[in-house]
Amino acid sequence: MAFNYKPYIREDKFPNIWCPGCGIGILMKAIIRAVHKMGWKREDVALVSGIGCTSRMPGYVNFNTLHTTHGRALAFATGIKHARPDKHVIVVSGDGDALAIGGNHFIHACRRNIDITLIVLNNMIYGMTGGQVSPTTPAGYRASTMPYGNVEPNFDTVNLAIGAGATYVARSTVNNPALMERQIKEGLQNKGFSVIEVVSNCHIQFGRRNKMGDQLVLRHWIKEREVPLRKAKDMSPEELEGKFVIGTFVKKTRPEYTEEYAKMVERVKGASK
Amino acid sequence: MAKPKKKFRIEVNEEWCKGCVICVDVCPTNVLDMKDMLSKWEGMVVYVKDIDKCIGCDLCELSCPDFAIEVYEVPQEEEAQSG
Amino acid sequence: MAKRLEVMSGNEAVARAAIAAGCRFYAGYPITPSSEIAEKMAELLPKVDGKFIQMEDEIASMAAATGASLAGLKSMTATSGPGFSLKQENLGFASMVEAPVVIVDVMRGGPSTGLPTFPAQGDVMQAIWGTHGDHAVVVLTPGTLEEVYLETVRAFNIAEKLRTPVVLLLDEIIGHMTGDVMIPDDSELEIIDRPKPTVPPEEYLPYDDSYGDVPPMGSYFEYPFHTTGLHHDKTGFPTTNPVKCGALIERMLRKVFGNREWLEKNVEHYTEDAEILVFAFGSTGLAAEVAVKWAREQGIKAGLLRPLTLWPFPEKRVYDLAEKAKAVVVAEMNLGMMIREVERAVRGVTPVYGVLKANGQPIEPPEILAKIKEVA
Repeated sequence: MAFNYKPYIREDKFPNIWCPGCGIGILMKAIIRAVHKMGWKREDVALVSGIGCTSRMPGYVNFNTLHTTHGRALAFATGIKHARPDKHVIVVSGDGDALAIGGNHFIHACRRNIDITLIVLNNMIYGMTGGQVSPTTPAGYRASTMPYGNVEPNFDTVNLAIGAGATYVARSTVNNPALMERQIKEGLQNKGFSVIEVVSNCHIQFGRRNKMGDQLVLRHWIKEREVPLRKAKDMSPEELEGKFVIGTFVKKTRPEYTEEYAKMVERVKGASK
Repeated sequence: MAKPKKKFRIEVNEEWCKGCVICVDVCPTNVLDMKDMLSKWEGMVVYVKDIDKCIGCDLCELSCPDFAIEVYEVPQEEEAQSG
Repeated sequence: MAKRLEVMSGNEAVARAAIAAGCRFYAGYPITPSSEIAEKMAELLPKVDGKFIQMEDEIASMAAATGASLAGLKSMTATSGPGFSLKQENLGFASMVEAPVVIVDVMRGGPSTGLPTFPAQGDVMQAIWGTHGDHAVVVLTPGTLEEVYLETVRAFNIAEKLRTPVVLLLDEIIGHMTGDVMIPDDSELEIIDRPKPTVPPEEYLPYDDSYGDVPPMGSYFEYPFHTTGLHHDKTGFPTTNPVKCGALIERMLRKVFGNREWLEKNVEHYTEDAEILVFAFGSTGLAAEVAVKWAREQGIKAGLLRPLTLWPFPEKRVYDLAEKAKAVVVAEMNLGMMIREVERAVRGVTPVYGVLKANGQPIEPPEILAKIKEVA
């Protein structure tokens, strides 16, 4: 029922810059609800982003907000979290920002298991720069730099995060805002690095090049390809080709970076006494 | 005696609504519809067509990217027991 | 005087001085010939409750140091030529969001991988102009080991006072030069911290220029604010308003160039009556000291201007000394970078000659002396 977003948003910056029907606003609301349910104070939360449509989010929410350079949000966020491990750091990123130019930071944040929650809004395209192919543009689909259809294979955000060692990994889509919120909250609760992918619609840059220029058409296209993890377990790789498996893939415990660093500091100081 | 049916109220912020139609699309009971407003990007905004059909599922609010729609439960009035 | 004599390298002196200056965050990536700075910071920071992190690359190191600075810690990163190139975009970001950060560049032969274990002074233009767009950084070029220690402290003080990135430019010779260093007691050091806001957090504006060219800096979590690499107004939010955008850039330049006098610092030898003015910095400046002394012994009135602040450039001092001289000799380990700046400052009043070299070998005193004698 009517959630009061007012304390968490910068009302004077609205309406936001995103195109009508863009899923980024849906994600922004889910993040706010998840933070609210955590009971965290606004001033204890930092939201960091890089460059791209999704990365404009920090301008609208009333946290400590940092809009950095393309692909580098996780590196800036690592500095903030390492400096203030008692505070909460969230990073929002698009598929190009997180997986292409920021790919190195992505895998290393997973490896370190630093207590940051990364939310990757995957709209399968570079939106802000005009519809260029991204690491998640599906095979055969068109982009401004793949005018004859994409011939490159994809990155799978979830498998990449699992392989690199993230301790909470989940995926939802823009059609499931309640699930999205639940996964983000679980990510925030996880003491470690969490990756949540949200598959979303860029009907303007991805859709229009692929006969899905209407937001509803593209949202339905995504919905048709959603497969719950439970069901996906009984499906073959061929059957899962081009599908979006949704659910929580990893939820585990592993030593967290800032805690391990703090233990080391204690050890060093103890030895020097 | 059957439980009285819950009642809801939907508020639309026409300033922030971009007319994307997502709320109309996700509503399972056809409560919402679009109306013309030529000053808007898409030339239309959402309006509440039939509030009595609302079941309070919240999908329109959760799915609105623009913070433009809010669903409130109307407290059941202490209606007279006379029936 | 509570000073103590210790033996250390230039790189170690940087790390030791950084801790003394209050540096509590270091992010870096290994690169020759600067790695000893990271190694020493990794050893020292935990002992003072500071944070060290070896990031996945040079870009991330610059980013993490800037993030930590916004979160309130005095931060540093160190690198060498190729790594310095990689840091440039985020150095511009630190400049734009006005985050104090000290960036150490221990210069080696370039371009590209170049001569990793040999000295050069070919990064001076990159240090000054490396990132895109109009911006102003401060570049310090210490020569002796004691200067390395004191200039590192000064780098932090400048960064904090002006809310700007400061480049501490060493070269391979200085980084690896090991010798006696007279370390001042911490209590003798002047330590400057960033200007703090005096308003309550809800009234805080991160770029409020009504306080002057350097707005007070609140830390994240104590003073929640928004900032961005986009042009922004005093609230920190993006703007494309030409008046506000112009004012922002002009103020950021004024922070540095308006403080020229406070920033300027030169070492001079025999300049009061110098007929041959030698201009050199860093390790070449040390060679030039010897050359000038030899010239004096041979009856040539040579003098040396060795800037510790290379940027903003000491153009007035260079002009004033050049005007009285009959020749200016610039010695630098590149094929002509700061010599252009010297020529610009001299404005043609005196001929300028170069002792230029970029083959991985240091410029030695006899080479400079030969040029002094040639133009005397």
